[in-house]
Amino acid sequence: MTVLTTRTDDERDDLTVAVPTGDLDALADELDALYHEVRADLGAADAAYIRRVIAAQRGLEAGGRALLLLSRYRPALVGGVALLTVAKILENMEIGHNVMHGQWDWMRDPQINSTAWEWDAVSTARSWKHAHNFRHHTFTNILGKDRDLGYSAMRVDPEQPWHPIHLLQPLYGVGMALTFEWGIALYDMELDSVRRGEKTAAQARTDLAAFARKAGRQVVKDYVAFPALAGRRAPRVALGVLAANVIRSVWVHTIVFMGHIPDGAETFGEEQLEGETRGGWYRRQMVGSCNLEGSPLFHLLAGNLSFQIEHHLFPDLPSSRYARIAPRVRAVCERHGLAYNSGRLGRQYGSVARKILRLALP
Amino acid sequence: MAEVGARPRVPAARRAALRAARAFFTPLLPDDYLELINPLWSTRELRGRIERVDRETADAVTITIRPGFEWVGHAPGQYLRIGVAVDGVHHWRAYSITSDPGRPDGFISITPKLLDSGVVSPFLVKAARPGAIVRLGGVEGTFTLPDPLPPRVLFISAGSGITPIMSMLRCLERRRGLDDVVHLHSARTPQDVIFATRLRGIAQSHPGMVLHERHTDRHPRFTPADLEELCPDWRERATFASGPGDLLDALVDHWGAEGDPQRLYMERFQPVISGDDAGGGAGGTVRFLRSDLQAIADGGTPILVAGEEVGAVLPFGCRMGICHTCVGRLCSGRIRDLRTGEVAGTEGEVVRTCVNAPEGDVVIDL
Repeated sequence: MTVLTTRTDDERDDLTVAVPTGDLDALADELDALYHEVRADLGAADAAYIRRVIAAQRGLEAGGRALLLLSRYRPALVGGVALLTVAKILENMEIGHNVMHGQWDWMRDPQINSTAWEWDAVSTARSWKHAHNFRHHTFTNILGKDRDLGYSAMRVDPEQPWHPIHLLQPLYGVGMALTFEWGIALYDMELDSVRRGEKTAAQARTDLAAFARKAGRQVVKDYVAFPALAGRRAPRVALGVLAANVIRSVWVHTIVFMGHIPDGAETFGEEQLEGETRGGWYRRQMVGSCNLEGSPLFHLLAGNLSFQIEHHLFPDLPSSRYARIAPRVRAVCERHGLAYNSGRLGRQYGSVARKILRLALP
Repeated sequence: MAEVGARPRVPAARRAALRAARAFFTPLLPDDYLELINPLWSTRELRGRIERVDRETADAVTITIRPGFEWVGHAPGQYLRIGVAVDGVHHWRAYSITSDPGRPDGFISITPKLLDSGVVSPFLVKAARPGAIVRLGGVEGTFTLPDPLPPRVLFISAGSGITPIMSMLRCLERRRGLDDVVHLHSARTPQDVIFATRLRGIAQSHPGMVLHERHTDRHPRFTPADLEELCPDWRERATFASGPGDLLDALVDHWGAEGDPQRLYMERFQPVISGDDAGGGAGGTVRFLRSDLQAIADGGTPILVAGEEVGAVLPFGCRMGICHTCVGRLCSGRIRDLRTGEVAGTEGEVVRTCVNAPEGDVVIDL
């Protein structure tokens, strides 16, 4: 028997759920089999899908920017911002995030490849991959280890110690959403770990220099070089691009916060990691993640992170496959008596907002 | 990293313009957009478009390719790595170039033969159609016509071993070098002779060229013993041989015993990467910096294989020393080239893990 200590979202006493070890091994076998089945089935249609999304994204980006250059006409300005926003969302979510997870490495394409991809964001692919693929996906929902659980700024779990600063979290939570792209870039460098001696100052300097180069190029592109093409209307164009970047930040922030924080998602103490088997890891990913329900277009714009459970079980399976395996993952959950947490965006958003407000208080 | 094509020969002005435009496209390149309009415009890797697919025999086709940029050139007899996507996955294979480098239209051709158990040859022979895009890698190979051209030549080929020799024959024809050429070619039946029409046509129109075809469904394949009858002056000729390993082995023995081995040029389809031919290296340990794994390799085991056996995730491409996908920086130690037996390696050198074995203890940044 493996004893798992789990914490629920509210102030109830810790629940101790006993799951027979054999069941966890069976869970691991079932999910491994599903993974290998999908891997073996990947082919030309999957490759065509990601190429189509990439082509569409670049078309939207080019179209959006072309419209922005005509921004003296108000509809062109609005349309330009809209197209560019959608392009930037697709680039970060369905393309960048998923390519950098290695979801498309099986194609052996030299560009659409986790080792080669660089995304349209101020954080470097290298730094993000370490923070996200390694830390967040390995230590998902382990308090004190999963740095993405509230990003050390928000108190999103009652087990996280309260500090008077948290009284302001509803306020700075909004600020965080607006500047999420920049916040993530800085946070993922883990500069705080230099103080604790977990990272050398030299390494921190290297990371900062890489960030400065990347962010510099991004800023020059979006706010200097491209607006300059509009001549004296450059400030207007720059504002248009800023709007697209900010809307994208808010959208990404929204989807990310719906992944592990809504009511029902379980968090764990560090003791969970001791002797955790593959089945235990799968179980933690399942009960710690929350899906969002919506139309195919919604899933596309969410980078299929709306299938957060499937993504956390199989981070390197192509995102386009998550929808198809979701009913089977749900069936596995039900067979093993595990919660499959899923809801529409509005409901999940409300639950996260309530939690942030409630946990602002001690 | 996955294997990537050769760097194309792009006019300097065009490269400069693309570089200047990068600020607008970062983190992508102008190429990322241009390639969507026309894949041949990629300036980071050479692509080609299939222009013609001509059936040579029941199981071989000649594929004529238009390179995206000016062809880098090749010596007759060399081979080309070519990348195609089959069922969504990129695969790379080496094929002899069968065209003459002096082709006026700048096109190149390869002539793959179907290997039923393969992945790429079934695609090229059965599915490839004009208009398809392929990736073109590096041109390699030392099995080439020497310069100046030898005055008297003997070609010995069997089966699809004819392919590099076809490029040589085309080049000789263009340069009027067919005054004294003997060609011994084996194939299973007359219908199985790749380039049959072309070969027979060249032989007919050039009195100095003698073609002996041997069809092995009726007669045994050529052996060195046939030389006294078919080409008694073989010792005085530069001989180019291409075919299965046992044929080449027999020729090597024969030239070693009765001829001048220096005058026998040949190509093996499979490069010999094994300890016995590389002259027994000592082997050693390899430490992989990034995964912090350690492997022990004997003198015949490539660093790549040793690493994979201990679970290191290492980049690789061709696994035969051609594509440079597997390279890593050597931090310390010496390595032995499994193809030549040569020991080399200096600190900081970038080495191919697929064709080098450790010679003593090695640390590599991979």
